[in-house]
Amino acid sequence: MNTLTVLATGPLALLQDHGRPGLGGQGVGRSGAADRGSHDLANRLVGNAPDAASIEIVFGGLNVRADHDLIVALTGAPAPATLDGTPVGHNAVLRMPAGSVLALATPRTGLRSYLAVRGGIAVAPVLGSRATDVLSGLGPPALTAGTVLPIAVPARALPILDQAAVWSPPAGAIVLRARRGPRASRVADDPFGRAWTASSRSDRIGIRLEGEPMRFVPDLPELPSEGVVRGALQVPPSGEPVLFLSDHPVTGGYPVIAVVISTDVDLAAQARPGQQIVFRDKS
Amino acid sequence: MPDVTVLPCGDAALLLELADLDAVFAVVAAIEAQRTTLQLYDVVPGGRTVLVTVAPGRSLDVLSARLTELADQAADIRPGNDTDETTIEVTYDGPDLQDVAQLTGLSTDEVISAHTATPWRVGFGGFAPGFAYLVGGDPRLTVARRAESRTTVPAGSVGLAGEFSGIYPRSSPGGWQLIGHTDAPLWDLERRPPALLQVGTMVRFVARR
Repeated sequence: MNTLTVLATGPLALLQDHGRPGLGGQGVGRSGAADRGSHDLANRLVGNAPDAASIEIVFGGLNVRADHDLIVALTGAPAPATLDGTPVGHNAVLRMPAGSVLALATPRTGLRSYLAVRGGIAVAPVLGSRATDVLSGLGPPALTAGTVLPIAVPARALPILDQAAVWSPPAGAIVLRARRGPRASRVADDPFGRAWTASSRSDRIGIRLEGEPMRFVPDLPELPSEGVVRGALQVPPSGEPVLFLSDHPVTGGYPVIAVVISTDVDLAAQARPGQQIVFRDKS
Repeated sequence: MPDVTVLPCGDAALLLELADLDAVFAVVAAIEAQRTTLQLYDVVPGGRTVLVTVAPGRSLDVLSARLTELADQAADIRPGNDTDETTIEVTYDGPDLQDVAQLTGLSTDEVISAHTATPWRVGFGGFAPGFAYLVGGDPRLTVARRAESRTTVPAGSVGLAGEFSGIYPRSSPGGWQLIGHTDAPLWDLERRPPALLQVGTMVRFVARR
């Protein structure tokens, strides 16, 4: 079987796909790529099914060696990349000859880049998915130097396309379209329009937002735990909200006051620590 | 018929709010029976709610009407006493057994009797894969969480918190009052489904001496 060997990782590199939908009743969240659009695009560029596993790379730094001739694509946060020292394109189809090394620097904007390999990364799935869920501990461990990844035989033709023209994550404030959530009436303040700052204590579970704490409507009874979704803006007692990403808990007991629309959660997953986030009402 | 309020939850989910946990069981059963027809991603019960998620782009108005109709019919299929019962053997040697006795005004033997005499029921999950919030136990066992969370609670620990009892499927941090431990395999990836305790299942604890 063809393989790709990890020589180095940046802060964090995980395998991701479309996750494990439908297991909420078992206490298992869906997980999967934090920026699904970028993950899907990487697969599309190399002719994979959209749910093939890719590598989700936080803040660049990944170095991989093709042990055989491979075709790969990089999407998401635009991390400057070189193939054996020569700069290569982003959102583009890249041919890696056997023995060549692809190296990623730190992205100029955004947080998460995706590397898809034609054929798909074929580690053993757990409950039908190769995604690493950092909350529940399901799925393969984080990639480390020396990890050898098996690559499956391609099942589909390569698309006739070398480069996709897509957005790059913005460097300034990130504006996310959201709708009023199920418990919007539990806070006295309007979540829309004010600026929050993404905390460095953010991860795939959620982005912790820093800013003027929201005030609760007083004297309401506690909420029994209820199901929460990716994109939910939950307000814990501190008043500083958490925006849930792919590895969010299945249920939670704090009020969800707004929910970011599905496509914009991808953009949220590109927010860097310190970056401003604003929610716009799209109810 | 259960009163149902449909709450908004983004562009790909709806949250049904119901009167109580019994209504949740009934509505979950009704929705699960239609899960394929309705093309649902997931159905997640909570203490008083059912979260239903779908593919983005679906008409939530149509889905809301259909789910409301199902919830209204659900009263007729409320599960009776014929639901599954699972027996779990527990060694009652937990580090908080004394504290629970003190907090409840019972002796430790009475705490054990109270925990084993009344059957519990799986209300909902969510803390970890295979974790179940058990409800319907002896109300005298209602205790607050520990003032300080433990950084590590061993797998198999049986605990109490609020009105709930629960078992830690794997080692994790936790603030529940630990009264004992079990060897029951709560989570097994080789099993389908992997969780031992399914929503609605009755659970009877048995003291191992």
